[in-house]
Amino acid sequence: MTIDPNERERELRAQVESAPTIPIEEFRKRSRRSFITGAIGVTGAVLGFRWLQNQPTDGGIPQTLRNQLERNETLWRNISERRSAPEFPVSKATPIQVNGRIGIRNEIDLAVWTVRVEGPDGELLDELDISTFEALPQRDMVIEHKCIEGWSSIVHWGGARFSDFHERYADQVGDVPYVSLGTPDGLYYVGWEMPAILHPQTMLVLREGGQPLDQEHGAPLRLATPNKYGIKCLKRIGVIRYSRERPADYWAERSYDWYAGL
Amino acid sequence: MSTDTTDAPDIEQPVPAPGDDAVARLVHPRAIRWLHWINFPLLFIMIWSGMRIYWAEDVYAFGIGSWQWFAFFPDSVYETFELERRLAKGLAFHFAFGWLFVINGAIYAIYLAATKEWRHIVPDRHAAREAKDVVLHDIHITKTPPPQGKYNAAQRISYTVALAMAFVIVLSGFAIYKPTQLYPLPLLFGGYQGARLVHFWMTIGLLLFFLLHVVQVIRSGWGNFRSMVTGYQIERRSAASVFDDDTECTENRTSDETAEVTP
Repeated sequence: MTIDPNERERELRAQVESAPTIPIEEFRKRSRRSFITGAIGVTGAVLGFRWLQNQPTDGGIPQTLRNQLERNETLWRNISERRSAPEFPVSKATPIQVNGRIGIRNEIDLAVWTVRVEGPDGELLDELDISTFEALPQRDMVIEHKCIEGWSSIVHWGGARFSDFHERYADQVGDVPYVSLGTPDGLYYVGWEMPAILHPQTMLVLREGGQPLDQEHGAPLRLATPNKYGIKCLKRIGVIRYSRERPADYWAERSYDWYAGL
Repeated sequence: MSTDTTDAPDIEQPVPAPGDDAVARLVHPRAIRWLHWINFPLLFIMIWSGMRIYWAEDVYAFGIGSWQWFAFFPDSVYETFELERRLAKGLAFHFAFGWLFVINGAIYAIYLAATKEWRHIVPDRHAAREAKDVVLHDIHITKTPPPQGKYNAAQRISYTVALAMAFVIVLSGFAIYKPTQLYPLPLLFGGYQGARLVHFWMTIGLLLFFLLHVVQVIRSGWGNFRSMVTGYQIERRSAASVFDDDTECTENRTSDETAEVTP
C-alpha cells in the first residue's frame, strides 16, 4: 500500500488544525491562570496527603483510611455474601506452610482440651470436647487458602461446617450479628460477621490432607475458609463467643482490615 | 522510542515574540490536562503502597531455571525509597486510593470515547511504519521525522500500550482484591497467583513507560511540557497556513474535517 506523502501529511495536519487557536495575548493570560491553578493544585495535594498521614489513627491507620476500609466492606457485603470460591480435586492439594504462631507457641495436651461456647451476654452455653465436632456431619473441602502477605496454597481440609455447629445454638442466641473466636490463652482472637461464618465454606477443621491437624496447624480444631484471608482462620480454638458488638480482632487492632474478605 | 514532540515541524523555529506572527493552538483539552495530572500522583501512591504490599512476599525475579540474575526488588530499592515494612498500611492506602485511580481512569476512558479524542491516540494503519521512522529520527539516523498529527506514531503506540496496561492492572488488581466475589475474573489470568504476577509485571511496565515518558518530555522541551499545563502550543500563523487557505475561521472548522481524515 503506497500513499502520497503529501496527502498523508495534509491528513495528519488537518487532525491538529481542527483545534481552535487563540491570539498570543490571550494565551499569556490563560497560561498564567493555568500555572497558578497548577501551583494551587500541587500545594493542595501535598497538604492533603500530609493531613491524611498525620490524622489520629484508628487501629493503627489514619481515620480516613479506616473509614474507607469499612465503606469497602459495606460495598462488597452488599454485592454478595453468598458467592463461593472454587474447589479443587484432592490431587491438587499440597501441605500448607506454617505462618502464624501467635497463641499457639506452646504445645497443649489435646486430651484435656475443651472449647467454651459463650452467649452474647457472656453466659456459658457449653464446654465441649472434640467428640462434639467429630459427631457433626463431616465434609472435605479442597480450596485455595490465601495469606494476606500474598502467598496462597491449595489445601485439603476436613471437618464440619460452622453453620452445622451453629444449629445447636441458633434458637438460644437469636439474631446476633457477630461471632468472636479466640485461642485458649486469649493471645489471638478474631471477629467474624454472621453471614460469613455461616457461609457453607467456613469450616471447623479437624483434618488436613486426611490426617488429624498438627499442633502448629491448630490442633485439635481450627477455622478455615477460602473467602477471607488466613489471618481470620484462627488455629487452636479455645472459645467461640456470640456477640452483639463487633468483636475485637487481633490484626484489625494492628492496622489491618477487620473484614479481610475476599 | 517515542518522542513527545507535538508539531515537530515547528520545533526548529524560535518561539515567536508577542506581536509577532504567532497564535496559540489548543492541543490538550482541559479535561485531558486535569485527568493527566490527577493520575500522576494517584499512580505513584498506588505503586508506593503496592510495593509495601509486595514486600511482604517478594518472590518475583528475573532468571532462568535456578539461576537468578535479579530479584525484585534488591534491598537497596526498598532502602532508597524509605519503604518501611508496612504491609497493613500499604493495603489501607492501596484499597482507598485505588478507587480514585479507577474513577479517574474511567472518566478518562469515557471522555476519550465521547469526544473522539481517542482518534489522536489509537494507532492508525500507518503507525508501525511511521513509528520505525520516528525511532530512526530520534536516534539521529534520519534527518526528517515522518509526518504526524497531534502525536507521532511512536507516541500513539506507546500511549495506547500504557493505557492497555493500566486497564489490565486494574482488572488483575480486582481479581486479587476479591477473587471469590468476582469469580471467575481470576481465571482470566490463570488464577489468583497468575493475577498477582500480571499485576506485578504491569506495574513494572507502567514504571518503564513513565521513565521513557519523562525522558521524552525533557527532550521535547518547555513548549511541549507547558502545553500539558496550559493546553496551548504556540505556532506561527504562516506555518499553520501551509495547508490552509482560510486561517481566519479556524474556530469554525470542526468535526466534519476530523471525520474526513479518519481512515
